[in-house]
Amino acid sequence: MTDPIVEVRGVSVDLGGVEVLSDVDLTVESGRFVGLIGPNGAGKTTLLRTINGVLAPDDGAVRVDGQHVTALSASAVGRRVATVPQNTNLSFSFDVRQVVAMGRNPYVSRFGTESVRDRELVERALERTDVAELADRPITDVSGGERQRVLLARALAQDASVLMLDEPTASLDVNHQVRTLELVADLVSEGRTAVAAIHDLNLAAHYCDELVLLSDGRVLDAGDPEDVLTEENLQTAFDARAAVTSHPVTGSTYVTALPERDGDHETRVHVVAGGGTGSRLLYLLDAAGYDVSAGALSEGDADLRAALQLGLDVVETPPYAPVDDAAEREVRERVREAAVTVVADVEVGPGNLPNLRAASEADRLVLVEQRPFTERNYAGDDGWQAYEPLREHGRVVDPDDVVGAVESVLAGDPPQVTDAVADVEDG
Amino acid sequence: MRFGTRVAAWTGGLSALLVAVTVGSTMIGSVSLAPTGVVKAMLDALPWLSFEVPKATRIIVVKVRLPRIALAAGVGFALAAAGTVMQGFFRNPMADPSIVGVSSGAAVGAVAVIALGIQVPYGLPAAAFATGLVTAFAVYLIATEDGRTPVATLLLAGVAVQTFLGAVISYMLLHAGESLQDAVLWLMGHLHNADWGDVTVVAVTLPVLFPILLAYSRDLNVLLLGEEDAHTLGVEVERSKRILLAVSALVTAAAVAVSGVIGFVGLIVPHVMRLVVGPDHRILLPTSALAGASFLVATDAIARSGPAEVPVGIVTAAFGAPFFLYLLRTREVHAL
Repeated sequence: MTDPIVEVRGVSVDLGGVEVLSDVDLTVESGRFVGLIGPNGAGKTTLLRTINGVLAPDDGAVRVDGQHVTALSASAVGRRVATVPQNTNLSFSFDVRQVVAMGRNPYVSRFGTESVRDRELVERALERTDVAELADRPITDVSGGERQRVLLARALAQDASVLMLDEPTASLDVNHQVRTLELVADLVSEGRTAVAAIHDLNLAAHYCDELVLLSDGRVLDAGDPEDVLTEENLQTAFDARAAVTSHPVTGSTYVTALPERDGDHETRVHVVAGGGTGSRLLYLLDAAGYDVSAGALSEGDADLRAALQLGLDVVETPPYAPVDDAAEREVRERVREAAVTVVADVEVGPGNLPNLRAASEADRLVLVEQRPFTERNYAGDDGWQAYEPLREHGRVVDPDDVVGAVESVLAGDPPQVTDAVADVEDG
Repeated sequence: MRFGTRVAAWTGGLSALLVAVTVGSTMIGSVSLAPTGVVKAMLDALPWLSFEVPKATRIIVVKVRLPRIALAAGVGFALAAAGTVMQGFFRNPMADPSIVGVSSGAAVGAVAVIALGIQVPYGLPAAAFATGLVTAFAVYLIATEDGRTPVATLLLAGVAVQTFLGAVISYMLLHAGESLQDAVLWLMGHLHNADWGDVTVVAVTLPVLFPILLAYSRDLNVLLLGEEDAHTLGVEVERSKRILLAVSALVTAAAVAVSGVIGFVGLIVPHVMRLVVGPDHRILLPTSALAGASFLVATDAIARSGPAEVPVGIVTAAFGAPFFLYLLRTREVHAL
């Protein structure tokens, strides 16, 4: 690690009598990609505008490269910090190349003209951002996403050691979001420093070396993405429920926003599932406001992951191990405590038969059927013996109807012959 | 084509056009003159050249027609330059040189002198020049807070002050009595009875002030992206704005002081040139200024060639507006 290239110390900013930033500290080491995250109005853009000298802080100091930003001339700042704004006023029909060439403005003297080197840097910036083919088009004619890349090209042409980006991916499609951030990451690996306000937490977690979480104009937390993106932090900053896991493919920290729960969470529902058949049921029942338990599920099962993400009470078994007596007892206990037990469209083998036996003792039972039991019975006659009693006193429904079915069995409505039942009986 | 070559080609071409229009305009009048006589008389007037020119031709060219034509060129140059700067500065297509109140202020001074017979040192042009500048400065002060001058506030302050001064002028005109016609003629813009003294006013100010505007044309380009972007691209926003505003107010005031309120040149010429050469002020500013000079020389020639002279402001509007509308319909026009 080298000396900090950007240092923000105790910065407070008042805009129109509202304190937008209060006592913000931030240190950015050279060669790092730092993401500013936080809810709308947290002060991300204001912090960027303070670092690039557009706003003078009411209190505190911002140093870039060891120099106070407010003491530097605009062109001196422009040679050190290049800014990609969120949007820009481009109603004049400059062509794209002219707009990118404006990135050289901090270098060109008042009476001078652009040098060969200036022009080379402009062409290179056009190439790297994929806008070379638009170079001669009027900026007013290109799409919003292309415009965003033109602004990135302008910042590249500025050839500054620090890159400030305000929502660089906001108006881009998925492909260009990734390409833009890959480009920024490349620039960082070449030795530049980037500070970006990024809305998408998962993109931020994937590309940034560090995250700074702003909330109400203060730094709530800063550090490695996995340390900053915790469920508690997200709850505090965004006032939202979120599940934080790691992405199965990239391994990056991955945030999934969850809906607010309604209901009182007093009515217990137990779900018997496995192999991914129950993930959505768990989610729907949890969101509908039930106190959901699940199991038994073996380690590594997709449904177990879902249940843990949702923070549910789960009976766990070791990977591939059968549901043993101890686990079966736990399942029975939860079924007893539950007002309703839901059995998912689960595949049944000798290992998880005890789950079905335990479910048969439920007071009220909802049975989700997508496939006929024959297709998912790997336990032979034992399977049928365990399943028949469930069908006899359970209500059989489609997966999407499960919340409604739970409500109606709780209300004591008589079972109705649903399509699902009819299908199975016909089959 | 390289940018520098492009600028040179356009300015060279428009300079040649200005010379041609000047010669052509000098030929026109109650006595028609041949082009050779006109050119000879002009060259003869230069201190280091001498040609054989009939005395009558020399007097008509040098004493009668040329001062007026030179003034038209200078005023057209000044108004088109100031108009270009103001449109870019305000990022507003309706902006013209009078937007910050220079013309209204100058008109108050001029009408006060004409209608109320107030005596001022150095006469009417000095009064108009001074009141024009004072008005622009007042508008600037009204719109400035904590060292910042938001252009939207400046625009509205300019409109409000112009409206107020319009009321003052109307009131003075009501009480103008016999001098009413003189006052109205001044307000319409005039180039008649121009003398070399009037020409000196613009000939002295423009060579000093126009290079300053040119030097800030790159800032003007970057300012078009918005003030915040301009700042991050190395423009000292408030300082550049102050300089652009002050210099174009001076240029406008100098023009208005000697020619009255000639409308349309500063509004239309920059638009036309923007359609032709594009929005880059490094080429737009010199070409607009030169085109403005040619435009005003040509329209003034029309104004004085009829049986009875019409104020040139009427001609600029009557010819300029249809031509602009034609361009508007035939060429692709963007927001500005």
